[in-house]
Amino acid sequence: MPTLRPTLHLDRLGSVIAGLIGLALFASPFVTYRANRIVSGEGRLLVDALPPAGALITVVVVLGVAFCAALARKPLARLAAASLGLCVIFPAIGISAGFVTPAGNTFARVSPAIGFWLLALAFALLAADALTRLRLGPWGRLGALSVAAGALALLLVSGAWNDLSLMKEYANRAETFWREARQHLWLALGSMLAACLVGLPLGLASHRVPALRAAILNGLGIVQTIPSIALFGILIAPLGFLAANVPLAAALGIRGIGAAPAFIALFLYSLLPVVANTMAGLSQVPADVIEAARGMGLSRRQRLVQIELPLALPVILAGIRIVLVQNLGLATIAALIGGGGFGTFVFQGIGQTAIDLVLLGAIPTVALSFAAAIILDAIIDLTRRGAHDRD
Amino acid sequence: MSARAVILRVAALLLLVVFVTAPQLFAFAFAPLAANNAPAIYNQGSLLALTLSHLRIVFLATCASTALAVALGIFVTRPKGREFLPLSRSLVNIGQTFPPIAVLAIAVPLVGFGEKPTFIALFLYGLLPIFENTLAGLTEVSPQTLEAARGMGMNARQRLWQVELPLALPVILAGIRLSVIISLGTATIGSTVAAKGLGEVIIAGLQSNNIAFILQGGLVVALLAVLIHDGLGLTERMAARKLGRFVDETA
Repeated sequence: MPTLRPTLHLDRLGSVIAGLIGLALFASPFVTYRANRIVSGEGRLLVDALPPAGALITVVVVLGVAFCAALARKPLARLAAASLGLCVIFPAIGISAGFVTPAGNTFARVSPAIGFWLLALAFALLAADALTRLRLGPWGRLGALSVAAGALALLLVSGAWNDLSLMKEYANRAETFWREARQHLWLALGSMLAACLVGLPLGLASHRVPALRAAILNGLGIVQTIPSIALFGILIAPLGFLAANVPLAAALGIRGIGAAPAFIALFLYSLLPVVANTMAGLSQVPADVIEAARGMGLSRRQRLVQIELPLALPVILAGIRIVLVQNLGLATIAALIGGGGFGTFVFQGIGQTAIDLVLLGAIPTVALSFAAAIILDAIIDLTRRGAHDRD
Repeated sequence: MSARAVILRVAALLLLVVFVTAPQLFAFAFAPLAANNAPAIYNQGSLLALTLSHLRIVFLATCASTALAVALGIFVTRPKGREFLPLSRSLVNIGQTFPPIAVLAIAVPLVGFGEKPTFIALFLYGLLPIFENTLAGLTEVSPQTLEAARGMGMNARQRLWQVELPLALPVILAGIRLSVIISLGTATIGSTVAAKGLGEVIIAGLQSNNIAFILQGGLVVALLAVLIHDGLGLTERMAARKLGRFVDETA
């Protein structure tokens, strides 16, 4: 009952976010300045990290967002405030990097510091909460994702971030970056496709033949339990043997160490969600629907293709979503056994204690998994809606 | 559990214990894999000590994540914390798109090499499954059950401890199991940042190109994970069965 609500209502979550913003703004450095890429750096508060006018605008906008978070109740208003905040601090970090770096100094590195990350976290939390409350449909979520991706691409292409240490790391290895990106996608998507090709028939078989069910699920369950690096290790031995003794395998590029064990391990991990969800999807198709299809004279094959698979599709896709997000993350570990992918930068960065290099590998991985999760969730919603329309 | 299943588990456990305490007994099996007179069995430290420190860090991190995740799960399902419920659901979803290695790698520059970044990564990443399952377990308690508990004169605290948490326990335990398995894997990768653990054996093998090391490290971690997963699954089934009896007796 809105009339009973006091006029000035402090939102709990909003207050926490406002507190976070205050902490970020007044008590934490906005950027870190380092004389070169591996020495430890010194923090700069936001007021010292931007030209006076820029600093003033940023502080005013950020405080405005904090007030909105604490006081505004409408999700749309909070979303607008959060987006405004992000639209200010993202370019600001780029401007700040240019401002803090002494002119002509090519060794100096400027990275976002804890204050920037806290602000980004606070705004992202506010936006995530508002988006959750708005209950956007699948198209709405896809739209929001493409707006975010577009804004990010614009920032990257415009060169607004070129003075940041992260982008300098990228510029130094742009070619390697795209090669590893292709390798990462190939590992994650290729093993997923292979798992679909094998897993769908396997799921169908275990749906039709109950005797197979327990054996297949138990076997795949055990594979899922084995930690990734251990599974890579176990696969290296037989693949190395194969490469040493079968010339064809070596000619195909199969080696003990490299992409082959990583691909096979990701494939094995992917099987369980695909098989289990295919089975679950098929078994939830109502028996009377199948009976009706049989009554209409549909053959076994027609029933499968026209009735059972379309009705099971949302559940099968849910399995594929799990696989895709999991593979995009796990593919980072492939770098440890020479399989390439974004993990290459992560492990190099750990070795050199260069956090920006770690981020160069970690940020694209997280962004890809995040986008994949949103896109597949939207597709699942759309197919589910399609399945209901047919009812 | 059938006799065969029991024998299989006991045999696997025995094999693991014998292997980590006296790996030299198995040297004959790994010797063909070690090329150029390289040692067949890991010789840069005791496998037993590595296994124990691996288990220790997983255990400590899981205890810490369980305490915080269950507390948070309880908080957001109480009237006071309801405002945080939708956001925490999305956060769990978003958090799971982070690969554990990213958390580990980002923790290194902040706290340095060694056990600390591994512990932080294990702790943070372990929160997600436990929190998610605590939420699922607590929100799935039927309103009728809660109403009945209220009708019996239970206050909010009693309802939580005597009705909601016991009913949610099997689901929470499933979350803890998932978290432990992820942590076992992440702790293995933790060896790349100099945490003591079984990953050391695999990494040493990768660095010296000794497949015998890689395989034995992989097998020990894998066997450990499968046995722990199985053992925790058993506790879960026991908790669920106990719950079934409890409900039957009161019915």
